[in-house]
Amino acid sequence: MSAGRTGNRLTRGALPWLLPAAALLGWQLAVSLQWLSTAILPSPLEVGQATWELARSGELWQHILASSRRAALGFVIGAGIGFALGLLNGLSRRAETLLDTSVQMIRNVPHLAMIPLVIIWFGIDDAGKVFLVVLGVFFPVYVNTLHGIKSVDPGLIEMGRSYGLGKVRLFLDVIFPGALPSIFVGVRYALGFMWLTLIVSETIATTNGIGYMAMNAREFMRLDVVVLGILIYAVLGKLADTIARLLERRTLAWHPGYHPS
Amino acid sequence: MPAQHSAPHPRAGAALSLRGIGKRYGGLSVLHELALDIAPGSFVAVIGRSGCGKSTLLRLIAGLERPDHGEIRIDGVPQRQLSGDVRVMFQDSRLLPWRRVIDNVRLGLPASAAAHAAEVLAQVGLAQRARDWPRVLSGGQKQRVALARALVHDPRLLLLDEPLGALDALTRIEMHRLIERLWLERGFTAVLVTHDVAEAVALADRVILLENGAPAMDLAIDLPRPRRRDAAFARLEQRILARLLGTEAAAPEPAQADAKVRKLA
Repeated sequence: MSAGRTGNRLTRGALPWLLPAAALLGWQLAVSLQWLSTAILPSPLEVGQATWELARSGELWQHILASSRRAALGFVIGAGIGFALGLLNGLSRRAETLLDTSVQMIRNVPHLAMIPLVIIWFGIDDAGKVFLVVLGVFFPVYVNTLHGIKSVDPGLIEMGRSYGLGKVRLFLDVIFPGALPSIFVGVRYALGFMWLTLIVSETIATTNGIGYMAMNAREFMRLDVVVLGILIYAVLGKLADTIARLLERRTLAWHPGYHPS
Repeated sequence: MPAQHSAPHPRAGAALSLRGIGKRYGGLSVLHELALDIAPGSFVAVIGRSGCGKSTLLRLIAGLERPDHGEIRIDGVPQRQLSGDVRVMFQDSRLLPWRRVIDNVRLGLPASAAAHAAEVLAQVGLAQRARDWPRVLSGGQKQRVALARALVHDPRLLLLDEPLGALDALTRIEMHRLIERLWLERGFTAVLVTHDVAEAVALADRVILLENGAPAMDLAIDLPRPRRRDAAFARLEQRILARLLGTEAAAPEPAQADAKVRKLA
């Protein structure tokens, strides 16, 4: 009985990795058997080798650090502004009337369309990339914070008021926790936009970062490094999402959608 | 009047007085020139059909809304805002889903009140559910938590807005007993809004039937407590029901309705 259950747990733990492992194996086989030319796709082993070399020389970490710095800085600023403005407009009708239309208008400009302008403004400096990330991250956080606050049950707010909660306590005890699930949705969207923006902006004009590493490798036909760059983006994206999900599970333990099973 | 128990609460019930209360929503007059006095420590049930204005009346007394006309006094003091002496139990429990049961009970209280909150939670029989999330509670348990949350403030006036409407019959009877016991122990004034005549007769000293925004019947319920559903109970219930249903059979002309009110006043 218990052995069966343990086996069950093992299968359940391994199951999600079955397809990726099979794909990896198939990829290696396809290259080894020369179904696929290494001029189109390097084998996983070659990518692994390139990873090892770059990691040993320290180059890899330098690029990852540069990209992560941009991502984190842009996210903190963009999400911070989005959250603050979402709060302001969610809590004050007057602010919403004044600001929301303008924000929605700017939202309809695809932020990546601003790249030529950003290059002129900031050059190929870090500031330009961070600015683009800020733009990409701002809107999902803003929209979902605003929506979260607007959708807090008015009955709970009325109850809180009638039970003597002041403005600050009402916000901390009722409005913010009620808006939190929606804010998390915004944060997870924002993380996706964060990497996307970074990928695009780093391939256009940079002197370091993962995007630069990949573009530079293309010039020398180092396909293994190009693939490595793509994989690092995937890993970093997954990592950010996992952190957000863990945070979500911790803070939303009360929520029927998140109970520990 | 509530019986005095061994550990009487120092805060007695509040006296409530309403004069010339009027409230309109859009073009619709919900309450009109309503006057009402409620004695301290009494248990009053306000009944009526949907839309008769009974919930609006309760919201005005609670201070959740302001009347267009008239004045509400609690212990002779005009009520201007939400008062700490008044607590409301809502139709839905309105527990915060992100706070555990005990933290819902002590909402708005300092950390030092934790022991008191636990004590009141025990009084409604849910001490062992203190650390649970509200979502795992049944409807009746949720309303008991809501009752504890109201009573932890030692209100002098407790307003109950059809709090048992969504519960099954058995749970409802249990809740009647619980509410009655706590009311007897604590001596607050209670105003219950309900559309359930049996509930009104089971709990209240006085039943007020609201019709077209004004009291159409005002009946003292002089049965011993705890109330048993005997012949006297049934007679009172029947009388009120007949009055309620009678108005349905022949919808009264507005003039007729006014005449009834005047007779009462």
